Amino acid sequence: MTDKLISIQNLSKTYNDSFQALKNVSLDINKGEIFALLGPNGAGKTTLINIICGLVRPSSGSVMVNGADIIKDYKITRSQIGLVPQELTLEQFETVFQNVSYTRGLYGKSGNPTYIEKVLRDLSLWDKKKTRLGQLSGGMKRRVLIAKALSHEPSVLFLDEPTAGVDVELRQDMWRIVENLRQTGVTIILTTHYIEEAEAIADRVGVIDNGEMIVVDEKDALISKMGQKKLIIQLHEKVTNLPEELSSYELELAADGLSLSYSYDAKSSQTGITNLLQKIKDSGMKLSDLKTEQGTLEDIFVSLVNKEKK
Amino acid sequence: MNYYAIKAIYLHEMDRLWRTLFQSILSPVVSTSLYFIVFGSVIGGMVPQVDGVSYGSFIVPGLLMLTLLTQSLSNSSFGIYMPKFAGSIYEILAAPISSFEIVIGFVGASATKSLIVGTIILITATFFAEVRIDHPFVMVFLLVLTCFTFSLFGFLIGVLSENFEQLQVIPLIVVTPLVFLGGSLYSIEMLPEFWQQISYFNPVVYLINGMRWAFYGVSDINIWISVVSMLGFLSICIVAAMIILTKGYRIKS
Ligand SMILES: Nc1ncnc2c1ncn2[C@@H]1O[C@H](COP(=O)(O)OP(=O)(O)OP(=O)(O)O)[C@@H](O)[C@H]1O
Ligand SMILES: [Mg+2]
Repeated sequence: MTDKLISIQNLSKTYNDSFQALKNVSLDINKGEIFALLGPNGAGKTTLINIICGLVRPSSGSVMVNGADIIKDYKITRSQIGLVPQELTLEQFETVFQNVSYTRGLYGKSGNPTYIEKVLRDLSLWDKKKTRLGQLSGGMKRRVLIAKALSHEPSVLFLDEPTAGVDVELRQDMWRIVENLRQTGVTIILTTHYIEEAEAIADRVGVIDNGEMIVVDEKDALISKMGQKKLIIQLHEKVTNLPEELSSYELELAADGLSLSYSYDAKSSQTGITNLLQKIKDSGMKLSDLKTEQGTLEDIFVSLVNKEKK
Repeated sequence: MNYYAIKAIYLHEMDRLWRTLFQSILSPVVSTSLYFIVFGSVIGGMVPQVDGVSYGSFIVPGLLMLTLLTQSLSNSSFGIYMPKFAGSIYEILAAPISSFEIVIGFVGASATKSLIVGTIILITATFFAEVRIDHPFVMVFLLVLTCFTFSLFGFLIGVLSENFEQLQVIPLIVVTPLVFLGGSLYSIEMLPEFWQQISYFNPVVYLINGMRWAFYGVSDINIWISVVSMLGFLSICIVAAMIILTKGYRIKS
């Protein structure tokens, strides 16, 4: 068993006594992992994070961080948590260095300019240290928010859509930063709309929709368990039309006429592959190569959310 | 106690003062100087002594209180409203700080600013009128008490306000008239009987008269009644602050 760091039990949230944003969510986060929370707009991701960080009060249920209750022992839990909010919420007139140091103070730590310098350097913000916050670009502001969240050396970091609206380069920077943090033992929980992001960096994935946690699993297990696989059949010679006898299969012919792809459910006992290959052989086509491809989280996500809607 | 957090909030707020030094200090000094010139020197020349002091000297405690009051209110109401407006309040709410510590940081900084401005106003006053302070300890006590009480009151206004309009409405339509009708420029005794009675319901009358007693030893109201009523108002503000903040009213959903 891995060490549990955060334990969420039967958590519900009803806004304004009317709208239920979270419905009985239970979830454990392990020490040192990167956990990605996926879900469509309005699913309840931010609500869940904000409850753990103390910005929203839960309607019922409990959350423990490292054995301490987020409400009863809020000083203990909050001092271990860093939060990068979804919105770019910064004051205008302070300088980067001042503002990051300010956050460290709020978390009850004595000043440590050397550490702040390191954080700013890691985030490529050092040459902006004297710039006023209002004069930074959106991507830079996002970095400042991360620097603030790291200013007090937290052991858990929440990133609420860290890569929304950032360019490809910054996004890859972000992934590198997250990976480096994990190396130092920081547990990371992030939300994202980019499934390739979760695929690239997460250890485990949770999918939330309509306030309910639909699935939580290891990323790899999730992909192999739920994913469709694709068989790609490379042909020796170009074909323009598929032969009659193959029409019962849902085959896709590539535009260049040189490959066929066949999707199948890897979990099923009958994949139909043997028969398909037999039929191809019978039709006289010659194969040059075969390969299979794993389905992506995106496919899984779409199918899960659609299933929910029905 | 999270002392580093209190210090962080306090210094953060004081930074705002240095950044806006011009409007924070110069503008109250200019406007009070205008009062001294217009009321003290011009009108004062036509008015005989009030309560045994020249009119110019008579209005000093009242104008000092007027500045302290409006400054304290605006400092702290803006101080807490701005991060709420910008959204940056999230970091205060997510930090390991109690409501009490938040209040100390914000109110402490606001009161400090008002005290600085008040001191400057007092010095300015000496250029326009003869100023005498009979009870300096009472004067300092009332000064500090007023700064903290109205900074706390302003903090509550900032917390409860949902937009800039609400933020300005209370200082503008409630406090300013109370201050002007609070006897800063006249003695209550100069009013017709009916308005005198009404004045006793105005809390600012107690404040200004308390301060006037500290300066010249004369007052329309017993000094103890003044002090007790101010402490009463402070207690009400403290209780209200604790209720509002522990409930997270208008800050947390
Ligand atoms: N303060 C609030 N008052 C009332 N309803 C709210 C409040 N905050 C969020 N909601 C509602 O709760 C639901 C969940 O919102 P939440 O912000 O948690 O979604 P999300 O999964 O983070 O979405 P997104 O991907 O768009 O950021 C939404 O329907 C939202 O409208
Ligand atoms: Mg969100």
